[in-house]
Amino acid sequence: MLKMNKTGWVTLIGMAALAILPPLLLLNGQAFYMDLATRLVILAIAAVSLNLILGFGGLVSFGHAAFIGLGAYAVGIPAYHSMWGGFDLIASSNGLLHLALAVGVSALFALITGAISLRTKGVYFIMITMAFGQMAFFLFQSLEAYNGDDGLTIDLRSELPFLNLDEPMQLYALSYGSLVLVMLLVRMIVNSRFGVVLQGSKGNAERMVTLGYNPYVYRLTAYVISGAICGYAGFLLGNFTTFISPDMMHWTRSGELMFMVILGGVSTMFGPVLGASIFILLEEVLSSFTTYWHLPFGLMLIGVVLFIRGGLMGLFKGKGE
Amino acid sequence: MDYTLLIVQMLNGLQLGLLLFLVASGLTLVFGILDFVNLAHGSIYMVGAFICASLTLWLGNFLLAVVIALPLTGAVGYAIEVLVARRLYDKDHLDHVLGTFGLILVLDTLAHMIWGPAGITVPLPAWLDGQVEIFDGAVIPTFRLLIIAVGLAVAGGLFWLVNYTKLGMLIRAGASNRTMVAALGVDIQTLFALVFALGAMLAGLAGMLIAPITTASIGMGGQIIITAFVVIIIGGIGSMKGAFIAALLVGVIDTMGRSFLDSGFALFMSRDAAETAAPAVSAMMIYILMAAILAFKPQGLFPPKVR
Repeated sequence: MLKMNKTGWVTLIGMAALAILPPLLLLNGQAFYMDLATRLVILAIAAVSLNLILGFGGLVSFGHAAFIGLGAYAVGIPAYHSMWGGFDLIASSNGLLHLALAVGVSALFALITGAISLRTKGVYFIMITMAFGQMAFFLFQSLEAYNGDDGLTIDLRSELPFLNLDEPMQLYALSYGSLVLVMLLVRMIVNSRFGVVLQGSKGNAERMVTLGYNPYVYRLTAYVISGAICGYAGFLLGNFTTFISPDMMHWTRSGELMFMVILGGVSTMFGPVLGASIFILLEEVLSSFTTYWHLPFGLMLIGVVLFIRGGLMGLFKGKGE
Repeated sequence: MDYTLLIVQMLNGLQLGLLLFLVASGLTLVFGILDFVNLAHGSIYMVGAFICASLTLWLGNFLLAVVIALPLTGAVGYAIEVLVARRLYDKDHLDHVLGTFGLILVLDTLAHMIWGPAGITVPLPAWLDGQVEIFDGAVIPTFRLLIIAVGLAVAGGLFWLVNYTKLGMLIRAGASNRTMVAALGVDIQTLFALVFALGAMLAGLAGMLIAPITTASIGMGGQIIITAFVVIIIGGIGSMKGAFIAALLVGVIDTMGRSFLDSGFALFMSRDAAETAAPAVSAMMIYILMAAILAFKPQGLFPPKVR
């Protein structure tokens, strides 16, 4: 029998609940909860990707929403052109093309901005990633061809082999499956030699240099991987909402992603997923009570920062873990 | 080239730059001394604008409203310091960012509850509402000239305060060695609260000055805060001189880009292509500037000497 600690059980139960509950609710005609769960799982993927660099790499990226936006526009722009003509190079509803674009463009953006941002440290890094995120936001806001600020409606979802994303159940299955794979991928990365160097650079970069490693290269690689995964989450989100706008990239969205990771617990496998779940559920519950739901939400955020160390996963940790 | 337009746009850029300086100076002051990242600084800018707008409508006098709104905004800043910010100083920057992000949500929602979702237009007195002809054909609104004058005066005042007064001496000493200043018997906590309130007043003043042009509105803080961060990153976080130079640089480049980039692009590409590309590039221009500067000087133009 596999011996499991408390966090292991929480992870298992949480992931099982996400696998079973939403499809059951959908079968009982509760499509609303399926919608909620799909959004939750997609944002959880983004949060897991952020946790790779924020939690394990100690790199506080405040511009991660830009990758979500890039991924979503990688669905929206080709779909738009396949419908209305123009830009023949990418005009297509082929999901594999969308996917390649989402991941490729995000990785490229991460490579370019990361190469510059990672030359800085600490608070400079926080602010410069935030500024690059805003740069992407303003770029798409000024692109009149894609309706600028008003956003773009995706008329056709990505066409994938074997899957029909118009079916909520299949979209959820894809999103959930992706979340599991991404969590396993991040776990594999973290436990690899690469991951050990990355975490070592977080604790003491000079020691890593002395040991003959170049932290910059490791950090940049992690940043690109994280950006690419987040772009993939954007690909799913675009297909889920079928409406995309620059607002997806706004710096407050990046702040929300960071909050999910911190709330759930940095440097844990399930923390970002838990954080994203609580975030989405709270948002839903509070906003149903009052239009001023940002007030209790903001107070709670301050409370979490002041009083909960190590996030919610920290509460489940036993002694000596 | 149309020189009249060029000069008018230079002045507009200068005005934007000085407004940015008012916001960025408080940000850089608080960071330099308290090592505190305050995202909610933009919300204080908004609060200043709203308080001033209400007072203007109530008193019917814009200048009097500004005079009363300034200490009120300072008091809001003081309250924020005592209630929230003070508890965050000894945590890391990530906690600052998240805590003050929460503060933005709280302040913006409170403003929404008090002043409603629509913005408030601020009427100007007749003598400020007109235009001045600087020279043949170059016309600029009187109020924009006032903003330039106030901005320059505040910059001079801050320079004097930081370099030639006892408070300024304490501020500089606190920035380089907090513990030492406290050990010398200075009430460091009150000093910090005062600095925070000063930063709030500066941001509030910027909000009050922009309100007659753009109206006081809920989202205004979130827009300026990022640009103010770009300014202090370029200038070197914690450096007042850097903030001043970077603010003017960003203000002028942003304004120039928005007004002349399309005609510049039209020189080497088709009119249509220029009209598509120019807005996109000018929207990104200050970020490209920031990236270019940081690629060579990762700590900005004037990195702080201490720490």
